[in-house]
Amino acid sequence: MMPFDQVAGIAAPMMAPNVDTDVIMPKMFLKGVDRSGLGEGAFNLLRFSGGKANPDFILNQDGYRDACFLVVGPNFGCGSSREHAVWGLQQLGIRALIGTSFAGIFDDNCANNGLLTISLDPERVTALASVIADRTRNDVAVDLAAQTIRFDCGRRRMPFEIEPARKEAFLTGRDFIASTLIHADDIRAFEARHRAASPWMF
Amino acid sequence: MAARTLYDKLVDAHVVRNLDDSGLVLLYVDRTVLNEYTSPQAFAGLRAAGRKVWNPRAALMVVDHVNPTAARRVRAMPDDASTRQVDYFAENAREFGIEYFDILDPRQGIEHVVAPEQGLVMPGMVIAAGDSHSTAYGAFGALGYGIGTSDIEHYLATSTVRYRRLKTMRIHLSGTAAPFGVTPKDIVMEVIRRIGADGATGYAVEFSGPVVSDMSVEGRIVMSIMIVEAGARGVVIAPDQKVLDYLKGRPRSPKGEMWERAAASWLTLSSDPAAKFDREVTLDISEVAPLVTWGTSPDQAIAVTDNVPDPVQQAAPDRRAAAMRALSYMGLTPGTSIQSVPIDFAFIGSCTNARIEDLRDAAEIFRGRRVAAGVRAIVVPGSTQVRAQAEAEGLAKVFTDAGVEWRQSGCSMCLAMNDDVLKPGERCASSTNRNFEGRQGPGARTHLMSPAMVAAAAVTGRITDVRSLLGGSRQ
Repeated sequence: MMPFDQVAGIAAPMMAPNVDTDVIMPKMFLKGVDRSGLGEGAFNLLRFSGGKANPDFILNQDGYRDACFLVVGPNFGCGSSREHAVWGLQQLGIRALIGTSFAGIFDDNCANNGLLTISLDPERVTALASVIADRTRNDVAVDLAAQTIRFDCGRRRMPFEIEPARKEAFLTGRDFIASTLIHADDIRAFEARHRAASPWMF
Repeated sequence: MAARTLYDKLVDAHVVRNLDDSGLVLLYVDRTVLNEYTSPQAFAGLRAAGRKVWNPRAALMVVDHVNPTAARRVRAMPDDASTRQVDYFAENAREFGIEYFDILDPRQGIEHVVAPEQGLVMPGMVIAAGDSHSTAYGAFGALGYGIGTSDIEHYLATSTVRYRRLKTMRIHLSGTAAPFGVTPKDIVMEVIRRIGADGATGYAVEFSGPVVSDMSVEGRIVMSIMIVEAGARGVVIAPDQKVLDYLKGRPRSPKGEMWERAAASWLTLSSDPAAKFDREVTLDISEVAPLVTWGTSPDQAIAVTDNVPDPVQQAAPDRRAAAMRALSYMGLTPGTSIQSVPIDFAFIGSCTNARIEDLRDAAEIFRGRRVAAGVRAIVVPGSTQVRAQAEAEGLAKVFTDAGVEWRQSGCSMCLAMNDDVLKPGERCASSTNRNFEGRQGPGARTHLMSPAMVAAAAVTGRITDVRSLLGGSRQ
C-alpha cells in the first residue's frame, strides 16, 4: 500500500452525513477485474451530468479541483463493502479524509490502501470546514508522524489521535499479508487446537 | 472469568495471537463466501505475489451480483464486462481449488441465502466475506461480517484477518407477538430509524428478547442483514432449537454422532447473564407499524400511516440539508400522505427479503389480485432452491397469475449491477435494504419496505398499508 507521511494541499468540504459508497463509486464502475478506471467513477453521478462537469459539485469548483483532502460529515463511506470506492478516491488524488466518524468496512478498506482517515470531534471538523470554505485560506498539511493537522495557511494547528499500530502501518506502507505470514506457525497451531475443539467446522 | 457476551466468546475462541498491546489481534476465520465483483482484485493480488489460498475448502464461490435474472437461465452473460468477471471468477475457482457454483448450478443463488441453505454456516463460527450483508450469519450464532477486497486477499492467503474488538450493543426486542402486518423487516427498520444510520457504527450487535426467540430463523436473518444499515460491524444471535432444526440435514451440516456433539456445543453459546454491553437498546414491538422509507438513507423511514416529514424538524443544519436533498431527489413534498405516492415498479428480492417465507408473505397479498395498471412487478428469488420450492408450493403460479414476473435468482435490483435497472425518475417499492441515491439506477427512487408491503403497493399502484389487504375482502 501507499505510505503516508506528510501531505500538504487543498481540502474540499463535503459535510453531508451518511455519504454512502454507492455515491462514492456507482455500480457502473464495478465490473472490472482490476483497479483501473476508478478515478472516473469516483462520485461520477455527482461530478457529471449529461456528460458535462456538474458545476454544483465541490470538486468541479474553482479552488477545489485539485483537492487532496476531503473534510467530511459523519458516517462517511457507509453501505456497500466495495473497496472500489477507496481505489477511486485515491485515483482522484485524495490522500486523507478528515471527519467525525467513518463506516467500519470503509475505514478498514482505507487503512488497507493507505488512504488516511482522521477522526476529530465535531467542533474541530466544523472549524476546519469553515476555514477551507474560504478559498484564500485553503492550505492544509497533515503530518502523520507528528499527528498534527496544520491549516489556515499555517496559522492554526490541531493534533489528532491514531492507534500506534495503525500509524506505523500508514508510515511504512506495510504489506499486511507478508507480516501475517510471519506467524504462519501460530496459525497452524491454532488451527490444530480449533479442529480438535470443533471438528465439525472443518 | 468475568461475564462475557456471546460476541466476546466468539472472538476469544478465534484469536490466533495478539498483534500489539492495544487489542489488535490476528483472528481466525472459519469460512468465507466469494462473489464475482469484490473478489477479482484479491485473486489478482495472490497471483502477483505468488501466494496460495491457505484453506481452499473453507471458501465457496457463487455468481450472484452481475447475472441476469431472466426466466430462462443461460450460461452466457449479457455484456463483455460481466462475461469477463464471471470467466475470471471461474478461472480463479479452478486455479485455487475452491468450490464454485456457476450460474447453471441448481445450488446457485445470493451468497447469503446459499451459504445457510448448504449448511455451511454453523453456530460458533467466524465468517467474514466480501459483502457488507455477511452479518446474515449472526442469525445462526456465528459472528458474521463484511470485509473489503484487501481483507479478502488477506483471508485467502492466511485464513485470518487483522481484527480490533468492537464495542457491543444489545438490541432487546420486548413484547409478545408482532402486531398484525408487522414483519421482522419492519422491526429492524424501526430500530434503524430510532438509532440512526450510524447508530451501531463501531458496534457488534446482539439481538435478544422474547420476540427474537419467537421469530423464525429466516426472520432473524432479515434483522441480522438489515441492521448493517445502522452501521453494525458484526451481528450475533444466540442459537436455539430453531437454529438446530434449520441446520439439521443440510448438505454440509455434521451428521450422526458429530451432529450430536456439535448441537450440544451450539446450545451452550450465549451471553452470560451478567455480561455487560457497551450500549443497550430496547424496543417494544407492540409500538411498531409497517414502515416505509421516504428518503435516501435507510433511517429516513416513517409508519405507512404517516406523512412525509418536513426537514425543518431537523435541528442540525447538515442533517436538515441532507433531508431536503433527499426529498428533492425522491420528488416528494413534506406533508404528503406516503400512501398517496404512486409507484412504477415493485421489486421483491435481495438477500434481505427473498427467502421462502418472504415469498409466502408476498403471495398472500398477490393471491386473487392483479398488479395495478402501469406498474411492473418482479419477484427474484434468493436462490435457485428457493425458486424451486416456491414453484412446488404453488407460489410461482400465484405471482404469474397476478401479472408478476417470476425470475431466476440473483442480487438483481438490490444494487442493479445486472440488467435489472430502473430508469431515471422511476419509483420503486422494494423489499431490499438500501435506498441510496442511484442505488437501483441513476435517478431511480427507492422506497424500502417488507415484501408484503411491496406486494400491496404493486396491486394498488401506490404505497399502501398492507393491513388493509390482509385477511379482508378480495377485489
